[in-house]
Amino acid sequence: MNKVMVGIILGAILGALDGMTAWFTPAARPGIVGIVFGSTIKGIIAGILIGVFARKVHSLALGIVFGLGVGLFLAFIIAQLQHGYYLQIMLPGGMVGLIVGYATQKYGRAPELQNAASVR
Amino acid sequence: MKWLGDGTVDRLRANMQVPDLSGTRYRAIRFLASGGMAEIWLAEDTVLKRNVALKVLDANDSPDLASRLLREAHILAALEHPGIVPIHDAGTLADGRVFYCMKYVEGLRLDDFLTRVPALADRLRLLLRIAEPLAFAHSRGIIHRDLKPENVMVGPFGEVLIMDWGLGKAFEKSAEASIGAPALAALRDTPERMIELITNHGSVLGTPGYMAPEQWQGEVARMDQRTDVYGLGAILSFMTSDDRQSETRVPRPISAISSKAMHSDPSRRYSSVEAFTADITKYLADSPVSAYRESLLERLARVFNRHRTAVILIAVYLLMRLLFILFSRR
Repeated sequence: MNKVMVGIILGAILGALDGMTAWFTPAARPGIVGIVFGSTIKGIIAGILIGVFARKVHSLALGIVFGLGVGLFLAFIIAQLQHGYYLQIMLPGGMVGLIVGYATQKYGRAPELQNAASVR
Repeated sequence: MKWLGDGTVDRLRANMQVPDLSGTRYRAIRFLASGGMAEIWLAEDTVLKRNVALKVLDANDSPDLASRLLREAHILAALEHPGIVPIHDAGTLADGRVFYCMKYVEGLRLDDFLTRVPALADRLRLLLRIAEPLAFAHSRGIIHRDLKPENVMVGPFGEVLIMDWGLGKAFEKSAEASIGAPALAALRDTPERMIELITNHGSVLGTPGYMAPEQWQGEVARMDQRTDVYGLGAILSFMTSDDRQSETRVPRPISAISSKAMHSDPSRRYSSVEAFTADITKYLADSPVSAYRESLLERLARVFNRHRTAVILIAVYLLMRLLFILFSRR
């Protein structure tokens, strides 16, 4: 699977999971669908950005740092819109970015290898 | 009358053994090693000004041994591969001894080199490189039949070379297409050659512990690439059971790979060197190997090992989420 696709799928799954945990916060339950949807979109956007980065830069360390940065940045925007919950939103958001950054570098296939495999 | 001293006698004896290289382009430098039928000398190629190794038949030679040395030369000539020592020249010396000239490899024998390679994974990678020239030879229809650590050299730059193809044999028809009919005729086992292989000095040629059962039983018809797979399994067993490795338990998949490669029934061994190396490669990649059926617990442990960082990251993430949920409920 190519790096961008790994980023999109993992970002969507972890983003949705991230959003679903809002169900455990009674005050957030009424808007759970919107939260899950928004969180999933956020995860997909992060996945695309991190996946594209991983295609350009082949470095596990840089991929992790970039993923962490993207995750924190997007979570910061969400927290700004929420006017609070910075720690509760940014910490998991950063963690999701870090995991996606690691996974795209580690498990995503580079374009050259894909081409070689398709030639076979 | 004056008696000769021990030193003088030794020098005279050494001089008698020096091959007569007159009329050739080589100049003997020093004795390197001795095998069952031949000596190996370090020599200088006076034309190209480089050191080479000369394999010269023992002084007390025989026509059978001479033809065997020439067979080995034919095999080396037929197999051009970075993992097989290249032959430069072959012929007969002024003293009647058959010889061939090959590249002089400065390195260590595998058994000596392994003292520098304590990690199992590194040893397995080394084994994969030993298998490469062997797979090449098999693709040309030739088997080695004397694989053992003493016949593998590791050069100063890590290059791996398989030596001593004296027991080599053409084992299938494809050999004719790849090496040519005249060379093939010299590599086939004739009845006379089999007598030589089996009854020379009342013993089978080969090395106990590394010889496949069909080899020491003299069943020529059953010898094929799986005979060498047995030798590779024996080398794997050696690599994992020497002093440095004995402190740690040999992983079960590796023991299983070794056992499968060394099965007494050739049909139950790996069918080829490639199949053997595929299992080693899978083991190195933390993937399941064909030779070993793992339990659920072992499978989980292997998957964890393979994806250790990802599993830890996700576990940390889930733990953090759990903590957030618990604290948000207070």
